[in-house]
Amino acid sequence: MAAEAETASTEPLLKTPFHARHVAAGARMVPFAGYDMPVQYPAGIMAEHNWTRENAGLFDVSHMGQAFLVGPDHETTARALEALIPADIVNLPPGKQRYSQLLNEEGGILDDLMVTRSADPDEDGALLLVVNAACKTEDYAHIEARLPANVKLVKAEHRGLIALQGPKAEEALAALNPEAAEMGFMTLRTMKLGGVKANVSRSGYTGEDGYEISASADRIGEIWDALLLDARVKPIGLGARDSLRLEAGLCLYGHDIDTTTSPVEAALNWSIQKRRREEGGFPGAARIQREFAEKPARIRVGLLPEGRAPAREGADIATADGTIVGKVTSGGFGPTLNGPCAMGYVAREHSDPGTKLDLIVRGKPLPATIAAMPFVPNRYKR
Amino acid sequence: MAETRYTKDHEYIRIEGDTGTVGITDYAQGQLGDVVFVELPTVGKALSKGGEAAVVESVKAASEVYAPVSGEVVAVNSELEAAPGTVNEDPAGKGWFVKIKLANTGELDGLLSEAEYQDYVKTL
Repeated sequence: MAAEAETASTEPLLKTPFHARHVAAGARMVPFAGYDMPVQYPAGIMAEHNWTRENAGLFDVSHMGQAFLVGPDHETTARALEALIPADIVNLPPGKQRYSQLLNEEGGILDDLMVTRSADPDEDGALLLVVNAACKTEDYAHIEARLPANVKLVKAEHRGLIALQGPKAEEALAALNPEAAEMGFMTLRTMKLGGVKANVSRSGYTGEDGYEISASADRIGEIWDALLLDARVKPIGLGARDSLRLEAGLCLYGHDIDTTTSPVEAALNWSIQKRRREEGGFPGAARIQREFAEKPARIRVGLLPEGRAPAREGADIATADGTIVGKVTSGGFGPTLNGPCAMGYVAREHSDPGTKLDLIVRGKPLPATIAAMPFVPNRYKR
Repeated sequence: MAETRYTKDHEYIRIEGDTGTVGITDYAQGQLGDVVFVELPTVGKALSKGGEAAVVESVKAASEVYAPVSGEVVAVNSELEAAPGTVNEDPAGKGWFVKIKLANTGELDGLLSEAEYQDYVKTL
């Protein structure tokens, strides 16, 4: 028996503030983006996935990059960031969060990120960025090289980050601070959780209601421990994080989006607000505005294979006559769906929901249907 | 009495006469995690030692199951199609994959005994 090889590296692996807790809990640790991370705990991916959909899952995402962009006032900082991303940040209200992408000059995606404006008037001019672990070094260099003199990037490497996700996340976090229950989706508040000051946003990467909690690396373990005392909360590894986000139709950087894909091809149009579409002024704007007007030649779609066999990343997508019209970028088995699901890029003329296509798995065509995403309905707190 | 032999790739073959029942070990199912799909060969297919006998998919990844010996597939465990989790629950019993009619019993000599396999797993 032979499984896909893990990416090997001779570099020593970095550890998050929770590393010893993962090992003590019996997690299977794997290298991920330079960190030694838990892919699963003894319960296993399927049980962890289902626990998150039914209760509340606790994820260590401290490997992700956290940084502040700090300028003299909101408008100055927002305009500096808008030169690099296509989202409207100037009009982002205090305490609100937005999803966006760092773009290259061709409109390809260098990384995707969350941008949050501080709610605190004393921090006017500060934006919190959360970027992908595997991209953070390049992202920071890219951003720093393009900032005006009065806006600085301040890396928050002394901070940890955890996600609490699932229908019972609100009850569990509100038990530590009732303010958590008052928050709307994609908002940020600073609050004390068991005596530890934390930046809490109501967001996540599972399609469920939930929170992401940032606090100093030397104290965040107290929040983790307090949450795990709650019977509704269990630790969840990266394996279930991937199956949850796939069912939720969310992109994984380096797989579903990369420097060759634009946000319009990736069907992330919703993340580019009207003002930016009209005004442009971001890298690759000419291409992206053209794709808005004329529609892109290929587009990211959801795919539901017939039967139970999953189609994985890299599988060709073909029409009945064998013509290859696209490629799977993420695929696997959805535990909540109780069946396989995938996403990938197909030529636009084959992208309508309901279109029947074949996914080529181990040389054989696997019939599949283009389906709207998410595969499992989102349950965000609106 | 049936004798079971093992590969370093974590397949087992339980020999009864000139037929062997092939599956993956308990160690292997633990490494894979929850099995969600099994692709089996057709009965009558000729397998060669070390070649692909089946494919097992967990939530996370697809893995190949190799034939421990050469021979013809004489039976497949089609119950795994509806209940792939049987591979996790009972890998050495109801979770078998294929039965092979051995082409060359001499190939068994190169496989690990139960004790050798258990010693090998301890080194992993």
